[in-house]
Amino acid sequence: METENIHLDHQVIFSIIEPASRVLDLGCGEGELLYPLVRDKHVRAQGIELDDKSIQECVKKGLSVFHDDIESGLREYPDNSFDYVILNQSMQQVKKVDGVIQESLRIGTKVIVGFPNFAYIKSRFSLFLHGKSPVTKSLPYLWYDTPNVRFLSITDFKTFCAEKKIRIVEAHYLGEKEVVRFLPNLFALNAIFVLTNKMMRQG
Amino acid sequence: MTKTKKEKNNSVGVVETKLFTFAGQLNLVSGEKLGPVTLAYETYGSLNKDKSNAILVLHALSGDAHAAGVYAGGDDTGWWNEMIGPEKAFDTNRYFIVCSNVIGGCKGSTGPSSINPATGKPYALDFPFITVADMVEAQRHLIDHLGIDQLLCVAGGSMGGMQVLQWVASYPERVRSAIPIASTLKHSPQQIAFNEVIRQSIMADPAWREGNYYEYGQPEKGLSVARMIGHITFMSDQSMEEKFSRRLKSDHFSFGFDADFEVEGYLRYRGANFVKRFDANSYLYITKAIDYFDLSGGKLIPHGKTIDTRFLIISFKSDWLYPPHQSQDIVRALKRRHVDATYCELTTTYGHDAFLIEVEEQTTLIKHFLDKTFNGYLVTGHYGN
Repeated sequence: METENIHLDHQVIFSIIEPASRVLDLGCGEGELLYPLVRDKHVRAQGIELDDKSIQECVKKGLSVFHDDIESGLREYPDNSFDYVILNQSMQQVKKVDGVIQESLRIGTKVIVGFPNFAYIKSRFSLFLHGKSPVTKSLPYLWYDTPNVRFLSITDFKTFCAEKKIRIVEAHYLGEKEVVRFLPNLFALNAIFVLTNKMMRQG
Repeated sequence: MTKTKKEKNNSVGVVETKLFTFAGQLNLVSGEKLGPVTLAYETYGSLNKDKSNAILVLHALSGDAHAAGVYAGGDDTGWWNEMIGPEKAFDTNRYFIVCSNVIGGCKGSTGPSSINPATGKPYALDFPFITVADMVEAQRHLIDHLGIDQLLCVAGGSMGGMQVLQWVASYPERVRSAIPIASTLKHSPQQIAFNEVIRQSIMADPAWREGNYYEYGQPEKGLSVARMIGHITFMSDQSMEEKFSRRLKSDHFSFGFDADFEVEGYLRYRGANFVKRFDANSYLYITKAIDYFDLSGGKLIPHGKTIDTRFLIISFKSDWLYPPHQSQDIVRALKRRHVDATYCELTTTYGHDAFLIEVEEQTTLIKHFLDKTFNGYLVTGHYGN
């Protein structure tokens, strides 16, 4: 089970988000992240999710959610509709990553991206020593049944942001149970970036 | 046995249809006037002190005010009986449910078969053309009469969903939440086409007599064919396969034009039954009203306007009469205006009929959606506890 790790990334994102802000969670699952945000931080939350059962669970929690896929579900939103657009543990399942991130930056002031780090040390060992595709706590799937279509490292993502001129406002690197500060591309299981392409007001 | 018993326990029990007549005239969208106007309606549950628990339920094309329970001495349950009652989706222990019939209908509300006060005879084609907005305007008088300022929810499927959307367009501040099911912002050419064939089949029957058939009886052939067309569109390819396949009514072909196949028998039976319960002119007027329906292009919520109404939109994968993409159009219109909304496309083979049949999943969605609207979030603690 990767619950502790998932819990940790949710805690980090929870702490990033300002109370009473407008939040869109892309691939919100059963609302594990949105529900505490709504309940304790009174955010105005909207989820997008593809799985029927998950939608029913969201509605049971009183959350508002659209049955839609991430790649086509953003177009109608006017610019700056949200303070935060969250793309946590769902980006690696998206085909047109660039398009989704650009759309998220358009409709949100900040975009929070969380993803499993493919360059995690145990993944490297798996590939290098055993010659096997890695299976880790953050990438728990076997090659033939993974929903992931994108495999990226922390360094890959930073390069992507630099090339696209997307500003990284915050970066958080997570190990199994705690924050990783040393050589994150090697030791972090998950990374959470806060992105923007907006000019931030000073102070 | 136990099922029957359980059914009795969570039924609203014996109900009666009430009539509300308002004096004065309704100014119709067409420019004509209609009055006096009577609406048939039923209520279930009770209105709370601050009148904050009222839900208006709206029916589809051939529906009526009898949404739940049974009449004294009868056993005909209402059309949404599985959804309305104690502990059901629309929980009558908590909410006050009003179901209003539409004008133009023939189930107690003023329609083409009602007596025209000017002539003392049925209106027939002297009945003015009506729109979904006119239906809602008549219901607004009823809701005023019941002393309800703001409805907790307005809900309905198909044409009922159109009335829901019209309520939001006409009176957003009076609607706290809206549940349009298997519905649309506007009738598509395909939907208009089906309705046109339906109307033509009624009007092609000589017994229709230009609408003046009330002394002679209904144009049975035309009306039953009209309804048969409707029933095909309510089902799906798969549900018809499951329900009928190619099964025969007897063990051999008749080599004649009798109903050989079960599906033929079913349609004939449905058509013949419909003639007994629904007025042909009402079918003409109401199909026309929904063909005129169009809240697309910013007419649902005008540009620059914000509304506080919450939405739950439900569609069904196999519904090809009101396909999911039409519900997604509603969702898109709401996204543009930042309206708080939930959309769910349910997987079912029942086609358009699903809104009457798929009880379980609709119940989960509606029950919790209403609860959140009525009670808000319960703050129970802090994250991590």
